Amino acid sequence: MKSGGAPRRLEGLAFVAPFLLLYGVVLIWPLLMGIGISFHRADLFGAREWIGLGNYATALADPVVHQAIGNTLLLALLIVPPLTALALLLALALNRATRGAAVFRGIFFSSSVLSVTIVTLIWRFILTPDAGLLAVAADALGREPLPFLSDQALVIPAIAITTIWWSLGFPIMLFLAGLQQVPADVYEAAALDRAGRWTTFRHITLPAIRRTLLLVVMLQTVGQLQLFGQAQLLTGGGPGGGSRTIVLAIFEVAFGRWELGYATALAEILFAMILVVTLLQYWLVTRREDAG
Amino acid sequence: MSATSPRAGLSGPVLALLLVGAAVMLTPMVWTLLLSVKSNAALLGDSGAALSPPYTLDNYRAILADRLTSRWLLNSLIVSLGTTAGVLVLSSLAGFAFARLEFPFRRSLFLFVLLGLAIPEQAVILPRHQLFATLGLHNSYPGLILPGLTGSFGVFFMTQYFRAIPRDLDEAALLDGASRLRLFWSVLLPLTIPAQATLGVFTFLASWNDYWWPLISATTSDYYTLTVGLASAQMNYAQTSGLGFLMAQAVFASVPILIVYIVFQKQIVRAMAGTAVR
Repeated sequence: MKSGGAPRRLEGLAFVAPFLLLYGVVLIWPLLMGIGISFHRADLFGAREWIGLGNYATALADPVVHQAIGNTLLLALLIVPPLTALALLLALALNRATRGAAVFRGIFFSSSVLSVTIVTLIWRFILTPDAGLLAVAADALGREPLPFLSDQALVIPAIAITTIWWSLGFPIMLFLAGLQQVPADVYEAAALDRAGRWTTFRHITLPAIRRTLLLVVMLQTVGQLQLFGQAQLLTGGGPGGGSRTIVLAIFEVAFGRWELGYATALAEILFAMILVVTLLQYWLVTRREDAG
Repeated sequence: MSATSPRAGLSGPVLALLLVGAAVMLTPMVWTLLLSVKSNAALLGDSGAALSPPYTLDNYRAILADRLTSRWLLNSLIVSLGTTAGVLVLSSLAGFAFARLEFPFRRSLFLFVLLGLAIPEQAVILPRHQLFATLGLHNSYPGLILPGLTGSFGVFFMTQYFRAIPRDLDEAALLDGASRLRLFWSVLLPLTIPAQATLGVFTFLASWNDYWWPLISATTSDYYTLTVGLASAQMNYAQTSGLGFLMAQAVFASVPILIVYIVFQKQIVRAMAGTAVR
């Protein structure tokens, strides 16, 4: 303001314009376009016919979609709570300034830098019954190897374990960062009061890292609801759709059946699910904070 | 548990559990490494052979001689470095303006950018695929790089960082008659180098490992990134040169990213700390 003059005031716009232009054209415009396409019967090659909520009605009645939503929710449930608990325990154990702890931190984070392709490549040859490490181990023990990737009951847990192994590093780091923010004198006071470990954790550590906990659970839930690569590469969604996730269903509908309108409607449903879950978790935590 | 003093070593039972955990983390990687140094013939029908010698580097020699794998490596480097450079430039410019300059609609535009943090890729990726098809951007480097430049996180992150720099510096520079661009370029930008490093490492990692978008945008193998190329090799396992070769590819593709991780470990940890405090 003090600099005055219209040109000076417009200078700021010039600094943000390059980003805003790309953001608008490559993110916001497709987002709006997607909502529009979802009301059409549309294929990948440009044919369009307005059918209103037709795609959404089809999705609600589609058993493949029901199964995919069920699989995705089950995967999120099998991944997020154990992953969060495990990461918190590891962070508590590794929250110290020793060399050993640093080495362990490096080890537990190392898998996170790998791409999904490499993770599934590694785990395929752990899990597969004809050439996997677990099969070799079972063989050595004189047992039949379990068909992790082709058995309806085993395939979801197998993908969950692979994902936990892959995703552990990031939550550990977030928890470590959160724990660093807890002032040391609080713990000293607790120690003077002869508070036990559990009491200290329950009444000091946990409340202090509540925001980090929320962040981890939210990021992980949003991430796992979009699980794609592991299912596509490890099992192709099989057996019998037993590991087909929502995003894999979207991929198949769009690039296998070329039904862009229907695929976009499925994507909007997932978008809505993600928004609801995120807002719900946020509300649950902030509500408790207000209460006490 | 964290009530113990931060300098204290790990107690016996905790250490034992950590060692088991570390073994679970590392065994799959060691197994991959072992498979990659076995001849493909020896692994045929008996992957347990990986547990004993002889070992060989033939698979790695085959990769270096393989035109496609080197091409994918080059593509990954171009796309990841291009995305990283783009994100740093765009986020720094926008972050500086949002933190330091007065202009019309500044607050609403910032909120508009923050909105992007809540938009999942799934809601955008199919229509973007249509848009890029119309623009003829598939199977090209700009087609692979542009979507990575639209992330709101970088702008948010740089805005926060610029805000934390004391304002006295600006006043002094402006009194000396420096222009806004000069203030940005010679006074403030050098102070943001730690933030640039952090944002750069994260952008590089995310871009290198991105799978969904390059999978649908690059459809000719000449434009595959390593991530997509390895997926195609994995899906056509029966037609590849064999298990040992496949695993050597995996190791080969992980090396650049592991180097980035080891070199920039400090930045990564610091960035995490920053994210969690907010």
